[in-house]
Amino acid sequence: MTDPTLLDRVTKDPGEAGEMRPRSVGARVRRLEDPRLLSGRARFTDDLEPRNCVHVAFRRSDHAHARILSVDVSEASAMPGVVAVCTAADLEGIVGPIRATSRMKDYFATSMHPLARDKVRYVGEPVVAVLAENRYLAEDALELINIEYDVLEPLVDPEAALADGAPLLHEEAPSNVIASRTFARGEIDAAMAEAEIRVSGRFRMRRKTPLAMENRACVAEWDAGRRALTLTSTTQIPGIVRDALAELLEMPGHSVRVVAPDVGGGFGGKGSLYGEEVALAALSRKLELPLKWTSDRLEDLISTSQGFDELVEAELGLTRDGAIMALNADVIGDIGAYSIYPWTGVMEPVQVVSFMPGPYRVPVYRGHVRAVSTCKAPTGPYRGVGRPISTFVMERLMDMAAERLGLDPVELRLRNLVRAEEFPYRVASGIVWDRSSFVESLEAACEAVDYAALRREQAVARAEGRLLGIGIATYAELTGIGSRISAAPGMPINTGTESATVRIDSTGAVTANFGIASHGQGLETTLAQVLADELGARLEDIRVLHGDSSLVAHGTGTYASRSAVLAGGAGTLSARAVKDKVLRVAAHLLEASVEDLVAHDGFVHVRGANRNVSFREIAKANYSDMGRLPKELREDLSSTKTYDPFFGTATAATHVAVVEVDPETYQVSLRRFLVAEDCGRIINPMIVDGQVHGAVAQGIGAALYEEVVYDATGQMVTASLADYVVPAAGEVPRIDIVHLEAELPSTVGGFRGMGEGGTIGAPAAIANALSDALSPFGVAVCDLPATPERIFRLIENAGKAKASA
Amino acid sequence: MNARERIVTTVNGRRYEREVEPRMLLTDFLRRELGLTGTHVGCEHGVCGACTVIVDGHSARACLCFAVQAHGSEIRTVEGLGTADALSDLQEAFRKHHALQCGFCTPGMLMTCVDVLEKYPLADEHEIREALSGNLCRCTGYEHIVRAVAEVANKRRSERA
Repeated sequence: MTDPTLLDRVTKDPGEAGEMRPRSVGARVRRLEDPRLLSGRARFTDDLEPRNCVHVAFRRSDHAHARILSVDVSEASAMPGVVAVCTAADLEGIVGPIRATSRMKDYFATSMHPLARDKVRYVGEPVVAVLAENRYLAEDALELINIEYDVLEPLVDPEAALADGAPLLHEEAPSNVIASRTFARGEIDAAMAEAEIRVSGRFRMRRKTPLAMENRACVAEWDAGRRALTLTSTTQIPGIVRDALAELLEMPGHSVRVVAPDVGGGFGGKGSLYGEEVALAALSRKLELPLKWTSDRLEDLISTSQGFDELVEAELGLTRDGAIMALNADVIGDIGAYSIYPWTGVMEPVQVVSFMPGPYRVPVYRGHVRAVSTCKAPTGPYRGVGRPISTFVMERLMDMAAERLGLDPVELRLRNLVRAEEFPYRVASGIVWDRSSFVESLEAACEAVDYAALRREQAVARAEGRLLGIGIATYAELTGIGSRISAAPGMPINTGTESATVRIDSTGAVTANFGIASHGQGLETTLAQVLADELGARLEDIRVLHGDSSLVAHGTGTYASRSAVLAGGAGTLSARAVKDKVLRVAAHLLEASVEDLVAHDGFVHVRGANRNVSFREIAKANYSDMGRLPKELREDLSSTKTYDPFFGTATAATHVAVVEVDPETYQVSLRRFLVAEDCGRIINPMIVDGQVHGAVAQGIGAALYEEVVYDATGQMVTASLADYVVPAAGEVPRIDIVHLEAELPSTVGGFRGMGEGGTIGAPAAIANALSDALSPFGVAVCDLPATPERIFRLIENAGKAKASA
Repeated sequence: MNARERIVTTVNGRRYEREVEPRMLLTDFLRRELGLTGTHVGCEHGVCGACTVIVDGHSARACLCFAVQAHGSEIRTVEGLGTADALSDLQEAFRKHHALQCGFCTPGMLMTCVDVLEKYPLADEHEIREALSGNLCRCTGYEHIVRAVAEVANKRRSERA
């Protein structure tokens, strides 16, 4: 139905790089990291192979829940080529368990041993590490290990794990609930009773895996002479891993360095501390050997942190005019076997309830959440964290309410969205929305797709018996959050600040050190763009260093849509301080006053005069060519600054999906997808588009294809890429984007974070479009992914219900 | 297991002679024996396409080949395209259109494109998406890759015309 030429691509063609532009920020600058990545000359963790490197393979648990009775490694140890075989006993006394603590009330921090001790709690948990001359031999030796288990009852269904008398996964815990929390504003029962219209549902999002294309890997190198450790790891959070290793191994930070080299995607799956990292670090130090471990896809699927596993019962009450009166939600979050470090297993389900009211005025709210441990891989951050589910639930409820009220879904949203004059708006759960394009994004999206025309086309299609649906999702998220808000509840680490050191060296080149760790976001380019503008330097004179804990005193990494805001802010502040120094030196060299100077393209010019001096000459005069500057004017042309956006900011968007369901096979085709988003000042439009496309593709996967399935015994039955299906090029439609820069937020630079939004909005928009498409059958999609089988059962059950009525 | 086989292959125009275990995968041969780490390993079961190389003129999954099967073959890997300071037109198009983010799937994606650009007209978006459907990318949502390939395909078609 949709003519692709109807909507001209909102995005423009990329311009030539290296164009002379007064400002780099806002330009489609070609990425500085691309040449090495495109030519096969990048350096990923597995590309590293220290001399005499010993390869590690892990024997993992075959059981979901079992007591380890004995581990016999004698045969494996005797195999030629095997260097050592290690169990939990070998780590005893040299490294403790990983515990994600929190100040949260009644929270239970699980103890996760890098190699399982006493008990295994999910299929895939590491039990034994084999160290051998190469990976082939190490994997051979795994087969020779005999582990005797006493198999215990598996806890697979989170609701069953909640029941009284359910076996305890962690015997030292009071129950399988590691935390529960309630957010409440107003009297929910009274408000709900007063509501003239009530809609409710039981919603389910099925467990996903982040599935970065690069599997996890790490290399631990113990420098026996210096008593220092370097861990190179496929991590998003080198700073957090460094701090954790220093604590677990009781070493000073100057002797622990964590490097994230080129990292092949993360999406949250590489955003936590892993037992394999701790085991390799501890064993490398103990055995004084360089150790390397590279997981295969099976290991990645069964042991990398998973996400989005919630069951939500929710009810929305409204007036007859369509004003929201009350929202009530009960959430069960299946967190898997352990509470992950540092975020805890509570972060994801708590975000579901804290973001459930969405961008709407919800006067009365009650959100209750329980985080339940089960025999599955631990959950952790995955792109969107909690908000894909909260948005799915809230946006479904909005559509259900619109249907009951006989209102158009757009109209109902417009009546309830927080409006420009209401910012800052305090959400019932305590979140404060900074000004962002809530209403504007919905209006812009409707205009871009010509919503009225779409509805007319739909009417025609329906008359032809076609199952065509239109779905809308509007949402808001917090991004670039500062120290005021903890990224995870009660977490004892600070994720609200980042620092940067900007330095002009004696050759005039600019090096900028950051604590973030870019792994696809293109931050080497966008941060260089920000610095180029602030300093008046050329892009090619700037090198951005990141992904190395030794670069900054404190830094955490890249996650939670924070790096452009926090590192961009820190870089800006540092660059400004350096530029002041540069101008002071230049003023002396040019015999002009600082106020008359302007810097661009690596030169400082005297305004209105034909005199200039290059950064290179300035650096030479300052550092090397003694006599050109008086002693008291010479200084280090560098600065370190920390930026804390304190509250952070909000990012809003509206997604529109048009789907068609094949009435014979129930295959779903995406006919059209549009995103209208407000990420504040855009540093590089090409990169922003890429982030939106990629995140939407993951949202499409979450809505239609992706599902981690554990059977009743706790075995994962989707442990290959043939079984865990992610979208390929044919499953993703063209994605149109409208950028709004309504009003810049108060962050330094006016940037908002935007890397996760696509995954937040897309599942909800698709679920709404599917429900709209299937409305002739009287069914609604409440369970994602909506696979053809689920749609078939939905329609079958509705038919049966109708027949028996 | 440990009996070694002698193999001779030509990779990116250079002849290599090595003794390898019969079970050594072509990916490990390229990456570990020859140090050509541009070819990446994403799944080791032939689904993701990250390890795609060109063997005797056809794209192949290096994770599903044994090194010994490459005996006598001519192999092209990403290192045989342009260099970091002199990218090929395809690599340049990927850069211009921002067709890569983390860059992990990129070498395999490029080698698939090299193959399909030589063999098929790739005249419309649908055909391009079909041609790329054996290579998974988790970052880009494919849109910019499709644009990059379309640009090169158009250029090649007009050159041929």
